[in-house]
Amino acid sequence: MAERTKKQRPTTPREQTSTTETEAAPAAENADRLKAELDGLLDEIDEVLETNAEDFVKSYVQKGGQ
Amino acid sequence: MAIPKVSGIETEYGIVVRNADLNAVTASSMLINAFLGRTETRTAWDFFDEQPGNDARGLLLGEILAPDIETHLVNTVLTNGARYYVDHAHPECSTPECRTTTETVLYDRAAEEIMRRSMQRAKALLPNDGEIVVYKNNSDGKGNSYGCHENFLVDRAVPFGRLVSQITPHFVTRQVFTGAGKVGCEAPGSVPGDIAYQLSQRADFFEEEVGLETTLKRPIVNTRDEPHCDPAKYRRLHVIVGDANMSEVATFLKVGTTAIVLSMIEDDALGNDLVLAHPVTAIRQVSNDPSLRTTIALANGKRLTALELQWELLDQARSWADRHGLDSVTVDDGKRILEEWENVLIGLERDPVSVANVVDWVAKKRLVDGYAERHLLQPTDVRLKAIDLQYSDLRADRSLASRCGLRTLVDHDAAVRAIEQPPETTRAYFRGTCLARFADDIVAANWDSIVFDVGRDPLRRVPMMEPLRGTKALTGDLLASCANAAELIGRLSETAPT
Repeated sequence: MAERTKKQRPTTPREQTSTTETEAAPAAENADRLKAELDGLLDEIDEVLETNAEDFVKSYVQKGGQ
Repeated sequence: MAIPKVSGIETEYGIVVRNADLNAVTASSMLINAFLGRTETRTAWDFFDEQPGNDARGLLLGEILAPDIETHLVNTVLTNGARYYVDHAHPECSTPECRTTTETVLYDRAAEEIMRRSMQRAKALLPNDGEIVVYKNNSDGKGNSYGCHENFLVDRAVPFGRLVSQITPHFVTRQVFTGAGKVGCEAPGSVPGDIAYQLSQRADFFEEEVGLETTLKRPIVNTRDEPHCDPAKYRRLHVIVGDANMSEVATFLKVGTTAIVLSMIEDDALGNDLVLAHPVTAIRQVSNDPSLRTTIALANGKRLTALELQWELLDQARSWADRHGLDSVTVDDGKRILEEWENVLIGLERDPVSVANVVDWVAKKRLVDGYAERHLLQPTDVRLKAIDLQYSDLRADRSLASRCGLRTLVDHDAAVRAIEQPPETTRAYFRGTCLARFADDIVAANWDSIVFDVGRDPLRRVPMMEPLRGTKALTGDLLASCANAAELIGRLSETAPT
């Protein structure tokens, strides 16, 4: 059981750092894509986030429920 | 043998009133009435069988500790078999009972659509830009929490003490993929800035391992013994420890993995190796560590990270499935649950950001961290808390969760249909279809019965004590062949109960 488990699990972060350069290139591309995606998302947040965040957070008071 | 894991989710939503002078109770009522005004004949909820004070451990503390039943507030049943009502100054929607996790996710999404329509219709009724806004979260950041409860059909024959000790490790560690994420900490005695970000909305509010309370000193395992079905055969495990999820996959995992672990407990396939030493301490340790490296103490003296414990549960679940099959959760759903479970653990172990499209706490943390970095904000900056709250804003034009690329499981059109149509494989089919067809002759309804008034005294109560009867297969032809409620009552008197 324990043997099977070990095989199924992903490589540990330490093993990942020893990946070859051919694998590192797509990883960098992927990181760039994620960064661009996040930048777009943060632009949107700048647009839709409550304009007065302080008032919004302060006035968000709920009665306790179950 | 594990019994079918019929399940459902009840969600209390956060509520905010803008540009109108309404308190939370009135605003919640207005949402429901605005929704009903256009699509439903109002049928009252029947409180006949409500006993939230009954304790699964057999104690008699109920009168003092149980929540009051608020019979005076708006409370109704929908044609999809759901209950939509006001609870403790929150609008609450309980999905109908579902046979599969996939359906439970569908009806949870339908509940979101119901809230969205309620907001739109209330807005149309309010003057001067008045608006009622609903949030699918579990805390206001000021120490007040409201719940998202899962419910599971469980075999009464399972000793309750074993159920408690064996399900607790899952409740404590599943947060790694079910946590909805929270900026800050609300645990008693915490200091602002101590915990910048944590996995769970709810973990701060749990103070007991097991108990009857739901509003104070909340327990990890709730003992409310109110099965809403045959009490000699079944329990309804009322799970109060979970977060409300915006991610459909997170909801699928939350309900699906729990249904499997409960099935394993019913089959006595889960030993005591994973029983925790200090569950209340552990639930906060897990929630407070987004690095996922913290270890928690087991009763046998070992220590595991939450992820390691989840891997153990998954391994044992696979082994259980090989030996016992997946019928309790249905085979197709069961395979999907095991697959999603493995994928999310692999992703979390490798790099949590890789599951930002599945796990709410990761998706939210990515927004919070990115925003803080872009604007050079301190972890306690109020704008980060605003992101936390607005993540769960259910308005389409304001929701942050709907913008961050969460993978979906539910087709939008299917969710819209599920606003009105009940699931077909539980008694919710009979309840919902009766309401759609014969609402004028129904005085009240609840989970396990419908009360008809067909013009003859006395009123006729139709019991539905078996969650897996009243299905389309069993009652579809009967319902279709009856022109009115009187005919239905007449035919039911001739045959076995639904």
